[in-house]
Amino acid sequence: MSETSLRINPALWFVAPALALIGLFFFLPVAAALLLSFTDFDIYALGDRGTLRFVGLDNYFRLLKDPMFWIALKNTLYFVAVGGPLSVAVSLGVALLVNHRLVKFKGVLRSLLFLPVVMTLVAVAVVWRYLYHPRYGFLNYALGLVGIGPIDWLGDPRWAMPAIILMAIWKNFGFNMIIFIAGLQSIPTRLYEAATIDGADAWRQFRHITLPMLAPTSLFVTIITMIGYFQLFAEPYVMTQGGPANSTLSVALLMYQEGFRWWNMGYAAAVAFVLFAWILAGTVLQLMLRTREP
Amino acid sequence: MTRWVVGWLLYGALGVGIALTLFPLLWMFSVSFMPAMEATRFPPRLFPETVTFEHYRTLFAQLDLALYMANSAGLAAAITLISLLLNSMAGYALAKLRFGGRDLLFKLLLAAMVIPGQVAMLPLFLMLKEMGLINTYAGVIVPGMASIFGIFLIRQYAQSIPDSLLDAARIDGAGELRIYWSLVLPLCKPILVTLAIFTFMGAWNDFMWPLIILTDSDLYTLPVALANLLGEHVQDTELMMAGSVLTLLPVMLVFLFLQKYYIEGLILGSVKE
Repeated sequence: MSETSLRINPALWFVAPALALIGLFFFLPVAAALLLSFTDFDIYALGDRGTLRFVGLDNYFRLLKDPMFWIALKNTLYFVAVGGPLSVAVSLGVALLVNHRLVKFKGVLRSLLFLPVVMTLVAVAVVWRYLYHPRYGFLNYALGLVGIGPIDWLGDPRWAMPAIILMAIWKNFGFNMIIFIAGLQSIPTRLYEAATIDGADAWRQFRHITLPMLAPTSLFVTIITMIGYFQLFAEPYVMTQGGPANSTLSVALLMYQEGFRWWNMGYAAAVAFVLFAWILAGTVLQLMLRTREP
Repeated sequence: MTRWVVGWLLYGALGVGIALTLFPLLWMFSVSFMPAMEATRFPPRLFPETVTFEHYRTLFAQLDLALYMANSAGLAAAITLISLLLNSMAGYALAKLRFGGRDLLFKLLLAAMVIPGQVAMLPLFLMLKEMGLINTYAGVIVPGMASIFGIFLIRQYAQSIPDSLLDAARIDGAGELRIYWSLVLPLCKPILVTLAIFTFMGAWNDFMWPLIILTDSDLYTLPVALANLLGEHVQDTELMMAGSVLTLLPVMLVFLFLQKYYIEGLILGSVKE
């Protein structure tokens, strides 16, 4: 046997540090979270591990009976199901505008529209809290000019979630817009030229060339948007603390409150795993729906 | 004629889009220079009657903003440097070096990107508590030292390096570490810049993890400090706007100067799932 085959493949030295860290500080905690969700880890166990008990699926049964969990899940699904598609639609619309052949200064436009994406969410939320102020905020002032009466955006349970969705769209649309523009630019122009010769108008070209050719891009964008939106946390934390009347309490915020405010870590781990299950199910569903289409 | 109308409609729509995008940011700037109480008048003012820097002075002189800024900058720089080194090593190996189970490993890492970070947070907190890293800078840095996304981005880029180039270096007797350091890293410079920007901004903007780990206000990062400040100064709109400006300005400048790298990297990261 030659000496070289006994030596460790040098490639392993390259991957080992990063993989060890990701394993130790990501995969191991994820696995531990599953175990944690089967225990009654609480503030007493934090001080003395002796009080820790294995409770099986009790945390998950408790979730099913916890009205706060159902409220948080309903709010999160509202945010994902309404905010997600709206955000993707706005991104696509703006991408089509910027990418239009008659538009000049594409680079500058693209960068300006992208600006909110790189902004710190906490600072953005502080600014939008002010924009939404019922008395001094600019939004109500602007709506007042066209005769729409003052809305208590963040103080009214009916409006708080739409307000957070509006801000999230403003903050995020630029990200998907860039990806859509890249997708649009990869569509061969000869397809449009052929369609024009055949007399297809702009709408039919959009419907029969642009949309089908963008399908892989749309799938990618839809999935990453959905995964991100399920993790809603900083917006309600900063703007509403989950209120009013729990109308903006999200699953991630509930997990944070249960785990890091009340130290019910076993229960909070169950909340986190249910969130993971929803994200996984949503992703698989998206992949199945799209791949079945021709 | 129709071409002219379409052009106007396009620019009109884009103008509205740009205005809506920039208005909250411009108003934030404007309000941060207003004297106290001017922002809480009706109708709202677009520009300050007299420009004042008093809120910026208060933030630096009484509210330790320079400290939070230094904390944020230091933490983001540390995370960026460490993760850039480790991710580039792993990404290069996954793209160009052969070892058993390489492709399976890569697929596993990609699949793990659906796992939300929040799932790991509770046990990670307990682990770091055992290690005595709660309420330390190390506790903030540790989970960011390597990232799947970073490895993925480097791998996508490193795949374009020709094998013949690496083999030629090997024939010349260069060791693997030397090839990585003096051949691969320089070739990967554009994507390293991109990843550095991504990582720096991500760390600068991160909120939930520093919020959990840092309990001592001297260690706060800017976003945590800003959220905390909001609790005490919710009525001082002008002051909060000045705090937001100071939080956003560094990332805004980084983006405006390095946007080419940022946007190209984003596209590269999205072309192949």
